[in-house]
Amino acid sequence: MTETQRRLLLVAMPWLAMAGLLILWELACIVFDVPEILAPRPTRIFEVMVLRWDILLKYCLETLWTTAIGFVLAIGFGVLLGLAVGASPFVYSGLYPLLIAFNAVPKVAIVPILMIWLGVGALPAIITAFVISFFPIVVNVATGLATIEPEMRDVMRSLGASQWEILTKVGVPRAMPYLFASLKVAVTLAFIGSVISETVGGNRGIGFLMLSAGARNDSATTFAGLFAIAIMGVLMYAACALVERRMTRWAFRGEIVG
Amino acid sequence: MQASPGSPLVELRKVSLAYGSGPSRMLALEDATLDIAKGEFIAVVGPSGCGKSTLMKLVTGLLPPTGGEVRVHGQPVKGPIRGVGMAFQAPTLMPWRTTRDNILLPLEVVEPHKRRFRRNKAEYIERVEKLLASVGLGGFGDKFPWQLSGGMQQRSSLCRALVHEPEILMLDEPFGALDAFTREELWGVMQALWLERRFTAVLVTHDLREAVYLADTVYVMSRRPGRIVKVSKIELPRPRTLETTFTAEFVDIVHDLRERIHMEHA
Ligand SMILES: Nc1ncnc2c1ncn2[C@@H]1O[C@H](COP(=O)(O)OP(=O)(O)O)[C@@H](O)[C@H]1O
Ligand SMILES: [Mg+2]
Repeated sequence: MTETQRRLLLVAMPWLAMAGLLILWELACIVFDVPEILAPRPTRIFEVMVLRWDILLKYCLETLWTTAIGFVLAIGFGVLLGLAVGASPFVYSGLYPLLIAFNAVPKVAIVPILMIWLGVGALPAIITAFVISFFPIVVNVATGLATIEPEMRDVMRSLGASQWEILTKVGVPRAMPYLFASLKVAVTLAFIGSVISETVGGNRGIGFLMLSAGARNDSATTFAGLFAIAIMGVLMYAACALVERRMTRWAFRGEIVG
Repeated sequence: MQASPGSPLVELRKVSLAYGSGPSRMLALEDATLDIAKGEFIAVVGPSGCGKSTLMKLVTGLLPPTGGEVRVHGQPVKGPIRGVGMAFQAPTLMPWRTTRDNILLPLEVVEPHKRRFRRNKAEYIERVEKLLASVGLGGFGDKFPWQLSGGMQQRSSLCRALVHEPEILMLDEPFGALDAFTREELWGVMQALWLERRFTAVLVTHDLREAVYLADTVYVMSRRPGRIVKVSKIELPRPRTLETTFTAEFVDIVHDLRERIHMEHA
């Protein structure tokens, strides 16, 4: 295998794997004669996606919006809290156990409470997306700060740098790769959050579309929604990965020129 | 209190340091007493773990002593003192900054440069370029540290330690991780910088030849808890060269020091 072939194959692999999975699924449906209401064939799902693209797109965009807003809030809040937790041992020992406890609560459980407080609509979805996705951001940013090399700290201190200068000149740049690595995880979590909220009780978004299609025994549409979520998730992940490479080239030692 | 003329720049009086407390308390340095004159180049040698790095942190005020007193300019040291440059065994350069920006760092932090930094950046960049050229790194300012070899990174680290023209330079085994050729070459670079600027230097090392090559005074430390067990004035003329290291005088001094250190391991 030549080097070019190797590269081509590497690029093609994800598509081949996906195609393989879909073909397997299609064949299984045909061979075992699975009724459509249980699991529609992929070709049927794609057919629905093409036929009802306008509706799907409308609901997708609603979900995309709530997810994006929740995600941006999570970045803002997560970075601030992460900096505080990473920079101050007092904030760390005070808040870390709380954060862990909070993270252990299944977020599905809080959606009904949010609905009682905020009613149905976009707000509960935004907040669920926010609540579910800020944790990895906090942890990563705090880790980036807390793992500053002691020698680097000594260099700064011996220069007479203030805590603030150490934070801005060493801590923040050092936490950047950690932050961007967490964004990839956080954005998928944000999606899960908003879709959960829409599914538990909402009147908008792709989760709601799936729920109502399911209630009508329209499995093909439900699965089409599922596919749409997966596609959006992958796209958002890819966007975050791209930003990561652009912003923190040094962390990859220049190896990835993206 | 102002230091009287002729009094040493740095004075350590029976300085001790213990890490930890309670049962895990461990004495790392015991009753260290030494004077460093302004412009003097001293070296501290001793077995690994004997408290050499600890001694350095005490002098710079990064650590408060548990006993005794450290004075700089006749003033007791109460926190990190100003006007120090530090270089360690690891270059500790910031990978997100170019070599030039790494070396500019002290100028962004230390007064009076900090105040003047924004408006006089061109002048400071020129200063950095000159310094880079003087250590043989001319033209490498735009490279990131990870694009440089270990020796080049260590040179950059020396530049960063010196760019703000500190009164005291602290070197903690700065050449320890380099190959023998690069290391000996950097001894020459270091000596040239010192001859030109005459800063006060404290070099911590476990390489006796390095200590004798560079220092005016070599202090030998015992095993933990570290005590100073021998002081050796090196009167060899400067500039010393690699040739110097093969002279009988040089070899004798190194031999004496080695004897003393071997006693520690006996
Ligand atoms: N931060 C620390 N906490 C506890 N023990 C330490 C710490 N730093 C150094 N030590 C101990 O103090 C002793 C002296 O350390 P150090 O000054 O680094 O030695 P050297 O630089 O001569 O190798 C060692 O035994 C080391 O384990
Ligand atoms: Mg050491």
